[in-house]
Amino acid sequence: MSDRQYKLVTCTINGCECTAMVDVRASLADMLRNEYELTSVKKGCEVGECGACTVIIDGECFNSCIYLAIWADGKSITTLEGLTGPKGELSDLQQAFADETAIQCGFCTPGFIVEAENVLERGKIYSDDELRKLLSGHLCRCTGYDNIIRAVKKTMYQRHGMKMPEEAAADEPLIYQPDEIKK
Amino acid sequence: MNRSQAPQSGREGFMTIGTSVPRVDSYDKAAGRTKYVDDLCSSRALVAKILHSNVAHAYVKSIDTSEAEKIPGVVGVFTCFDVPEWPFPTAGHPWSTQKDHQDVCDRHLLTRHVRYYGDDVAAVVAVDEVTAIHAVQAIKVEYEVLPFVLDPQEAMKDGAVLLHKKYPHNILAHTRNCHGNYEEAIREPGLVKVEGWYDTPTVQHCHIENAECFAYMENGIITVVASTQIPHIVRRCVAMALGVDWGKVRLIKPYIGGGFGDKQDALYEPLCAWLTTQVGGRPVKLECTREETFANCRVRHAIRYHLISWVKPDGTLVARKAECYSNQGAYASHGHGVNAKGMNSIPQLYPCPNIECDSWTVFTNMQVAGAMRGYGMPQVTFALESHVQDICEKLHLDPMEYHRRALMPVGFTDSFSKNELYSDTFNEVLTVGERAIGFNRKYKLYRNQTGRYRRGVGFAAFWYNTAVWPISLETSSCRMILNQDGSVQLQVGETEIGQGADTAFAQMAADTIGVPLDKVHVVSCQDTAVTPYGTGAYASRQTYAAGMAIRGCAEKFRQKILENAFPYTRMQPYLMDIADGNIIRNTDGRKLMSLGEFATMKLYDRENNEHITCEKSTQLKTNAYSFGCGFAEVEVDTQLCRVKVLKLVNVHDAGRIINPALARAQVQGGMSMGIGYALSEKMLYDPKTGRLLNGNLLDYKLSTPMDHPSLEVHFVENPEPTSAYGTKALGEPPVIPVSPAIRNAILNATGVACMEIPMRPHYLYEKFREAGLIGEE
Amino acid sequence: MYDIGKIYEAHTVEEAVNLRLEHPEAVIIAGGSDVLIKVRSGKLAGADLISIQGVDELRGVHMEKDGTLVIGSLTSFSHITADPLIGSCIRVLGEAADKVGGPQIRAVGTVGGNTCNGVTSADTASTLLAYDAIVELAGGTEDEGRTGGNAENAGGQMARNPGAGGADSQRRIARRLVPLEKFYLGPGRTDVRPGEIQTCLRIPVESYENHYGFYIKFGMRNAMEIATVGCSVNVKLSEDKKYLDDLRIAFGVAGPVPMRAHETEKKFKGAALTAQTVTEIGSSVLSEVHPRDSWRAPKNMRRHLCRTMTQDALCEAVRRAGGMIAGMKADQDGARDFMDITLFPDAGAADGQE
Repeated sequence: MSDRQYKLVTCTINGCECTAMVDVRASLADMLRNEYELTSVKKGCEVGECGACTVIIDGECFNSCIYLAIWADGKSITTLEGLTGPKGELSDLQQAFADETAIQCGFCTPGFIVEAENVLERGKIYSDDELRKLLSGHLCRCTGYDNIIRAVKKTMYQRHGMKMPEEAAADEPLIYQPDEIKK
Repeated sequence: MNRSQAPQSGREGFMTIGTSVPRVDSYDKAAGRTKYVDDLCSSRALVAKILHSNVAHAYVKSIDTSEAEKIPGVVGVFTCFDVPEWPFPTAGHPWSTQKDHQDVCDRHLLTRHVRYYGDDVAAVVAVDEVTAIHAVQAIKVEYEVLPFVLDPQEAMKDGAVLLHKKYPHNILAHTRNCHGNYEEAIREPGLVKVEGWYDTPTVQHCHIENAECFAYMENGIITVVASTQIPHIVRRCVAMALGVDWGKVRLIKPYIGGGFGDKQDALYEPLCAWLTTQVGGRPVKLECTREETFANCRVRHAIRYHLISWVKPDGTLVARKAECYSNQGAYASHGHGVNAKGMNSIPQLYPCPNIECDSWTVFTNMQVAGAMRGYGMPQVTFALESHVQDICEKLHLDPMEYHRRALMPVGFTDSFSKNELYSDTFNEVLTVGERAIGFNRKYKLYRNQTGRYRRGVGFAAFWYNTAVWPISLETSSCRMILNQDGSVQLQVGETEIGQGADTAFAQMAADTIGVPLDKVHVVSCQDTAVTPYGTGAYASRQTYAAGMAIRGCAEKFRQKILENAFPYTRMQPYLMDIADGNIIRNTDGRKLMSLGEFATMKLYDRENNEHITCEKSTQLKTNAYSFGCGFAEVEVDTQLCRVKVLKLVNVHDAGRIINPALARAQVQGGMSMGIGYALSEKMLYDPKTGRLLNGNLLDYKLSTPMDHPSLEVHFVENPEPTSAYGTKALGEPPVIPVSPAIRNAILNATGVACMEIPMRPHYLYEKFREAGLIGEE
Repeated sequence: MYDIGKIYEAHTVEEAVNLRLEHPEAVIIAGGSDVLIKVRSGKLAGADLISIQGVDELRGVHMEKDGTLVIGSLTSFSHITADPLIGSCIRVLGEAADKVGGPQIRAVGTVGGNTCNGVTSADTASTLLAYDAIVELAGGTEDEGRTGGNAENAGGQMARNPGAGGADSQRRIARRLVPLEKFYLGPGRTDVRPGEIQTCLRIPVESYENHYGFYIKFGMRNAMEIATVGCSVNVKLSEDKKYLDDLRIAFGVAGPVPMRAHETEKKFKGAALTAQTVTEIGSSVLSEVHPRDSWRAPKNMRRHLCRTMTQDALCEAVRRAGGMIAGMKADQDGARDFMDITLFPDAGAADGQE
């Protein structure tokens, strides 16, 4: 234990420059959670299969569980906490996740929102199938993904000053009263 | 939308019930601030790791921990020879005071008799994870290896190795459900016999948050913070395991990252609690890895069905026989309840004058099966609705017409539960589903296709019980506290596990008390030191069972406020009401004072002070049927043996829908799980060792966003007469109809009747070869 | 926290080579998506690592004067897919890279890692193999430097530093070229010798010019998947587009390492484009593939997939080359890949298709 190896890692996290002495064995997820208490970075598998620990590093999304903390030196990192405004305001995308019932247990939510933010920052309009592919590195067991896709899509259109196409925008499920059915 | 009043409610229409208000926890979850178990645990807590057996069945002869103990940073090494000798149960059932109805006590914290590959033999507590892993690897175990058995029908045979001495032939339980005279009835001339074996797989819940807990001691109390659906039950299990007074254990449940039934069991909370007592009460974290969540937590029972139906040429069901073989795995956990529930649905869904059902739940050297979303019903509904389609195929009957004729009729009442089908639900849901997918037209259109890509439609109906009465106790408790500002603190023993219970509870409380939704503060965290008793989140019972407690408590709370308002308003209680957070005069609607004004005056009243609180424990002696159906349209690539789900529709009659957006979201989640059950999810075990082969999220094929289409959901509202808010089960049912609907759609597309799920390419390859759809080499 | 011994970080090829010589037991880690998983699972627990994550000169794709396409070994899958040169010269490689895992894995996984780990299911490997890619390695001894000469004959290419070349000016580092097919020594074993690191993959112009390819990955789901079988086919058609001037077929998971169907290729070079030819090519590969039984999939099913996917990929490659297959039924040709979406840089233009 005495010959443990450490490295001074300086990086920008959510816009602030931070320095910490980290054990070289730590993953970036370990560092973000333990050194900086950024607990939106969730550990669901630790092998890059569930996507819950996703963060943006220099403009690209990575699973922070399979990214060594020492590699973050000199990099700029964004976690879900970094998308929230200084007074705790939700971003348009975060708000859409809340409004579109895209959140249930909430454990996969940080990864999805971070990934979706990175996707939307590319400034393009994607089809539903493309959005599904762009978010395919994330597993969710609660939602069946529909509402997540819709929340991202809604924000995407909003950012282009457009309305979401009608057929997908029906946000109320159809509830029938029995007498309506027989008609 | 026209909303009728609540049943048995004398008050005006609801304000928030029936509207899609956002989840009460959505802000924090969207901001990433919600704290789950691991977020609450100090990163400097001691870490526990478990040594799992690498054999499926053995006695532990000896364990050498000397090398492990030498590793710097190791705080303690504990083996199966160190733990308490008494066994304890783990199932998330309410305790029974009748001895013969109590859960089976067959677990030890660490075991000397290894009963499955991965059983818990020893544990290490160390200063960090890597050290703990090193120590686990340094432990040497000597086993006396025994033969093992993985299949329930093999395990029942004479001479099969026994897992538990008390259970001959490894049969945990066998129950029958018979009426009429099957043997007599099948002699009727002219009957057609339809027979099939239907097989369902072992699958896992795959909540994205692993099973996690940490424990410490404070003032002599063992506190466990756990990701569980059932805090009050786990508290009991921990106390029983450790042999301490139940009051000495405190269980705290923060937000949890999904449960789906896996966390309706005591998992590693008892061991973690015991470990902290062994290291002086220091905090010990026991976090399952994803691999451990797969290999060492609970799974869905794999159940094999043998169904025989004797029908007249017009389809009239004369006699039916069902044999249900359930693979329990190594320990009893939820045990026979799962299989029995499924079996008992057979004569209820399709009433039959002569029926013989048998179900066996059998111990095997597999990992332990427990509760999972649907509790036996996804299994039996795959078998039964596939079988019904097979009857239709054999007799050339239209399945839609057949269902309408043969399903449980209106007015049907189950003699045991007294559950009743009050309205024409089945016809209603089938009509909605048929229209949504265009079933009648497509079903004919898609028959007899040729070519590589073929389309098909299929459907299945289902039935589900709400809550657990009369099998077990049904109870829920609720506490309301009036704050000085007129807001209300709401505490319920039932738990938020991601499904949205807190939001539904808040809506119920707000509407019944008469306050705006933002004046209801749900205390989401359950803490057995504080939270009133509730049995937890399971059996799709939250809105039904907790709803009754909430309504009872809210009405009493409201009455108490009105009675105490007299000194300030000089109005008789019966002349007052509460609406929108104000005390009003109900004769003319005048606002008399705000609840905030009242609460402050009352609390600080120097003469007549009182803190206005209310608590109500409610026992239920009813239960409710929940119904629905699922429709699927698929495209089958007969050469690559892949199935694409083009459209999936679920229609539910879950009574009144409290929050349509949340309800739909929950149904979609269940449908997604159903697609995995139908097409891709299966835990694979090495037949030579009993080892789980695909226990990770790469090799276990849970659906990704690219694996299914948008999921269509409809509701038919027939408010449940026995329910406080007209609600009944919705949490679990969505998963049930999906696999038979997809199976029947594949049959419609290809003429191939699948007899097992998942219908993976592996299975379809064999079936398509048999059917001549794939050429030989 | 990973159970790692020591970590040595390199920032240049020269540093990496020196670290390799100083610490022969240490394992090279590039993106980490493979090595860290093995550290965690115990296969590489406690290992010392040489991180080449910081060797930026090994990133990126460029074309040499003679048209050789050079893909730096540390280029991530997502960067390969997004690279305009890949998009215009070997579109199918971008598509294959886009089928690896999910977006985050594609951001971290590298083409060098995907070949150096010697895994048969590697999504880019079969396509690289189908384009006769040549592996370049740096380091090694003078003797092995001369091996480069042999490969030079084989590949017809001169080795050069794919990056800025700063390292070479200080100390001459030997370079060695190996055809990718020879680079695979066995399952999990590749021809990376002591003191060496893989620096780039080189694809000569004649390998890709006028060739059109298609890759099919068969998995149990549409993302986060490892291939049950992978099949990459490319063709060059005659001027009248009626004959197969060139045909190359490569597989993943049809044998212990990624493999080519050379016999079939030879046999059908020059064949007429007919449904009959497609069927025969499908049957012919069966005498060359030798997948095994595993819990992931049985051998007979894999063989069936090899045949079907060869036919499907061939049809799609021919279509891309502008050819038509005589006598092909409409629903026979090509896999209808349900979610076959590759997001090239120009994809999803802002016209909002629904």
